[in-house]
Amino acid sequence: MSTKVLEVEGLRKRFHGVEAVRGVDLTVCAGEAVALIGPNGAGKTTCFNMIGGQLRPDAGRVRIKGEDVTGMSPRLLWQRGVGRTFQITAAFASMTVRENVQLALHAKAKRLNHVFGRMTANFGDEADAVLDRVGMRAEAQRPCAFLAYGDLKRIELAIALAAAPKLLLMDEPTAGMAPGERVQLMALAASLAKREGIAVLFTEHDMDVVFAHADRIIVLDRGSILAEGQPDKIKADPAVRAVYLGAGLAPTASA
Amino acid sequence: MTVLTPDIILIQALNGLASASSLFLVASGLSIIFGVTRVVNFAHGSFYMLGAYLGWSLTRHLASFGAFGFWGSVLGAALIVGGIGILVEMLVLRRLRRAPELYPLLATFGVVLIVQDAALAIWGPEDLLGPRAPGLTGFVSIFASRFPVYELFLIAVGPLLLGGLWLLFRRTRFGLLVRAATQDREMVAALGVDERRLFSNVFFLGAALAGLGGALQLPREAVNLNMDVSVVVEAFVVVVVGGLGSLVGAYVAAVLIGIIQAFGILFLPKVTLVLVFLVMGIVLAVRPFGLFGRSAASEGLRTVAQESVLRPLSTSSRILFALCVLLIGAMPLFAGGYAMGIVAELLILAVFAASLHFLMGLGGMASFGHAAFFGIGAYGAALALTALQWPIAACLLAAPLGAGLAGIFAGWLCVRLSGVYLAMLSLAVAQIAWATSFQWVEVTGGDNGILGVWPPPPFASRSGFLLLTLVLTAAALASLRIAAFSPFGYALRAARDAPRRAEASGIHVRATQWAAFAIAAAFAGVAGGLYALAKGSVFPTYLAISKSVDALIMVLLGGIGSLTGPIIGAFAFGGLEAELMASAPFWRAILGVVILALVIVAPSGITGVLGRQIGKRQKSAASA
Repeated sequence: MSTKVLEVEGLRKRFHGVEAVRGVDLTVCAGEAVALIGPNGAGKTTCFNMIGGQLRPDAGRVRIKGEDVTGMSPRLLWQRGVGRTFQITAAFASMTVRENVQLALHAKAKRLNHVFGRMTANFGDEADAVLDRVGMRAEAQRPCAFLAYGDLKRIELAIALAAAPKLLLMDEPTAGMAPGERVQLMALAASLAKREGIAVLFTEHDMDVVFAHADRIIVLDRGSILAEGQPDKIKADPAVRAVYLGAGLAPTASA
Repeated sequence: MTVLTPDIILIQALNGLASASSLFLVASGLSIIFGVTRVVNFAHGSFYMLGAYLGWSLTRHLASFGAFGFWGSVLGAALIVGGIGILVEMLVLRRLRRAPELYPLLATFGVVLIVQDAALAIWGPEDLLGPRAPGLTGFVSIFASRFPVYELFLIAVGPLLLGGLWLLFRRTRFGLLVRAATQDREMVAALGVDERRLFSNVFFLGAALAGLGGALQLPREAVNLNMDVSVVVEAFVVVVVGGLGSLVGAYVAAVLIGIIQAFGILFLPKVTLVLVFLVMGIVLAVRPFGLFGRSAASEGLRTVAQESVLRPLSTSSRILFALCVLLIGAMPLFAGGYAMGIVAELLILAVFAASLHFLMGLGGMASFGHAAFFGIGAYGAALALTALQWPIAACLLAAPLGAGLAGIFAGWLCVRLSGVYLAMLSLAVAQIAWATSFQWVEVTGGDNGILGVWPPPPFASRSGFLLLTLVLTAAALASLRIAAFSPFGYALRAARDAPRRAEASGIHVRATQWAAFAIAAAFAGVAGGLYALAKGSVFPTYLAISKSVDALIMVLLGGIGSLTGPIIGAFAFGGLEAELMASAPFWRAILGVVILALVIVAPSGITGVLGRQIGKRQKSAASA
């Protein structure tokens, strides 16, 4: 785990005089899953949106594989291998599961400007292969509008994976899911990351998910990094315990 | 060129302020109704017109009561119109609360049509002159000029009303609810506020304000049947320029528009119509949510009710379509000239509707000005044929090229916005095009249009033209269909379904929408060019709002969830209109009722209903 995929340096953002993020540095390497946690208002989402191109940082640098991508739009970041899933899940509802992935594959092949020729005629097998990886092959023909929420999350993951990303940003990937599904989805993402050498950065409220699947944890508090390290070290950190008042860090979390 | 003397400046400024007050009366109600109910109320101009007509009738009945009679009539008219507003809310809009925002809007246009024919039936086609306002009939001297006292009174009405509304919204419980609902409708409903009553009250207030505005016009201008659309379009401009939901913004914008019109008439009488919409275009290009607006009120205008998966045609449908093409192609063998003319026109309308569907159904961009491109195509072909004497093929190419270029420009402005703002900006762009065709007499012939736009042989005969139309429209419809299933078509739908997701998946949302806008415009141009040849003439009405609304109705009538919908809708609507116009005296009212019935009873359109029927039959066949 030595290739640095994402490097963030001195990231800052201020909203109407409130400093939401004040100087965050972090690195994520290929094949590594890093969790960004912290209490509400700690600046997780702001950090995330600056890395994902939704927000422009006031100061600091974001690099992908050494290239400075600070302030780039989500689409340009996508071209540089950044895939992402959103907190409020949305797939393309007017299409089938397979069409969602096929469209992402067309985007990857830069064929979206083709006005002739059926979209569904190309990349069908490739799409099925991606769906296999997220365990949705059987649902390929179903319209996305009628999928269960957990399945929709998998489709989002499949859309991101279709572009063969180097970095996967997952904002609250398991929010709104049933407990069983949560661990499953994150286990899937983490194993894909390991196997394919993708760097994963995710925010998460569910500590079970975090401690089970993060290789490294970064704790944010009031815009700065409070602690960083292996799950066991974070779990034992008294400063982290103080911020969370012990909530969510019960001993059962290691199960 | 007029010489600017201080008294002229002052008089024109006062004139502008007086118009601004009238405009504000209408626009404030429109803004309040939109803020709370999210309904873009096309019928607001009808409320204004009804206020004027009712005021006229009441003053005649109460003439013997003098000043009390006049002011009583004005107030009475406002209250009656308020009551009509409640009726419209309860009978029509309440049933559409859960429907996509486009449906209530279309329903209010149905109300416009019904009110127009009702007013025609009750008050007749003549302009009606109202009485002078008792006590305010005199003039004041300003420098060497005389200025009516009534205008001064109107100038005061605007700020007074603004103050009154401010007090109402800040000091009363009703006002508190209105402000809360404007900010977050769901939250207010969740807190246990009776939404129905609130909406009814808001409609009463908004309609009464419009009625008051209309009645107060009595001493200023004759009451006529065209007041409704002209005022509602101006009020839209005011509300959008000021920022949806902002009353202060509405007043500032009303003053801006009033002053621009007053001075525009003085210096640039030829472009006054364009000027207003140009100002709106500039404001929205610089401040996409208006002068005082915030982005909160601009949530998307949902066009598609339930995301429906598009499927390629089944073999049987393909055969059916091929048979239709063959049947129409064989018409010269058995049908008469009149029937062939009608069918050619219906084919053209189908392309027009399908081009709007491409933009609205697939792209999620509800355009209120799609007729602009239809009209530009028509003028392009007509000018190429008559003024430039080009061969017919070049003329038919000029139509989509001209419309497509206009679409590239308009699209650049429009796709920066979304929802209601996009709809309104497209309306403004269309009105600029309409005003240009109307006022640029040297080129377009103005109101008289361009005549003698007949295709040369072999297309001069009904049968020859029908075959030409059939080939071109079938090719156009097939192209739009192919594009819908192409990677581009999917990217367009992706941009509609989930713009953020699309952008993060490598889709350039804005560029995709822009291209779609231009493509839709070019295909509308194809339809317009053929239409000019079919009619043998071109008029500014081809670009008018009512033409844009026709296209909207055709798309919704056929069903927005299907690619076949706009074609079926065009045939149904075009056929109905041809039938009604030929036979029924109050065809507009009948059309209005049809629209209301459509959006209330069958919001998924003809194809939606058919699809459900077929689905049912298949299910019962399977269970049998």
